[in-house]
Amino acid sequence: MSDINISERQAGDVTILDLSGKVTIGEGSVALRSAIRRLLDEGKNKILLNLGSVGYIDSSGIGELVSSFTAVNKEGGSLKLLNLTQKIQDLLAITKLLTVFDVYDAEAEALASYN
Amino acid sequence: MTLQEVFNLPSRIESVDEAASKADDFAKKSGLGDDFISSIDLAVRESVANAVKHGNKFDESKVVEIRLSRSESVFEMSVRDFGTGFDPEEIPDPTDPANLLKASGRGILFMRAFMDEVEWVNADGGGTIVRMVKRQ
Repeated sequence: MSDINISERQAGDVTILDLSGKVTIGEGSVALRSAIRRLLDEGKNKILLNLGSVGYIDSSGIGELVSSFTAVNKEGGSLKLLNLTQKIQDLLAITKLLTVFDVYDAEAEALASYN
Repeated sequence: MTLQEVFNLPSRIESVDEAASKADDFAKKSGLGDDFISSIDLAVRESVANAVKHGNKFDESKVVEIRLSRSESVFEMSVRDFGTGFDPEEIPDPTDPANLLKASGRGILFMRAFMDEVEWVNADGGGTIVRMVKRQ
């Protein structure tokens, strides 16, 4: 059984990926990388990652968020984060990545920020 | 009273989950609280991942040796690999603005952030031991 589930929704030209489970070394990180690569291949480069149901993330998962961010930027797009759990927020603060990512608590506000 | 547990795991990624699960069970048996266990969980995952990837370089003929102990208010954990050695000072600071967008190099930062003491020693007979302590 997979440790991570990624489902995709479309809101205008923004693609929302709802992640649940664990974004950790191995399967979880690889699944996220594959999902982002597929979206970029399809020309979808406005991406919102909903992390509200991610129960666990490690340094590999954080690294994958960073890789996703840079890959999307490179394609002229924008990757933003939605619904950080307290734990993920703590890890992003420790790594000073809260200064890098655009982070939102409300989906409507996040979607509006792409315009 | 001191509780102790020692176990070896093979050098593969699946061992990270297994080590975390065993450490969580040990911590629960020791009567530690959820926040404490959450910190241990992250530290054991990061240290075992480092041992598998960077220490033993996925060589399954080499094991990762994990020791857990709890006495009074101190929880101690050590993770040993059988690699060629490691100098934590050589790892670039991942919070340096020049390194913020690097994909890796944050595991040690997390171990230091969530445990009270972290040190690396060269093991007699080869390999590296990372020893971590957390106090209640």
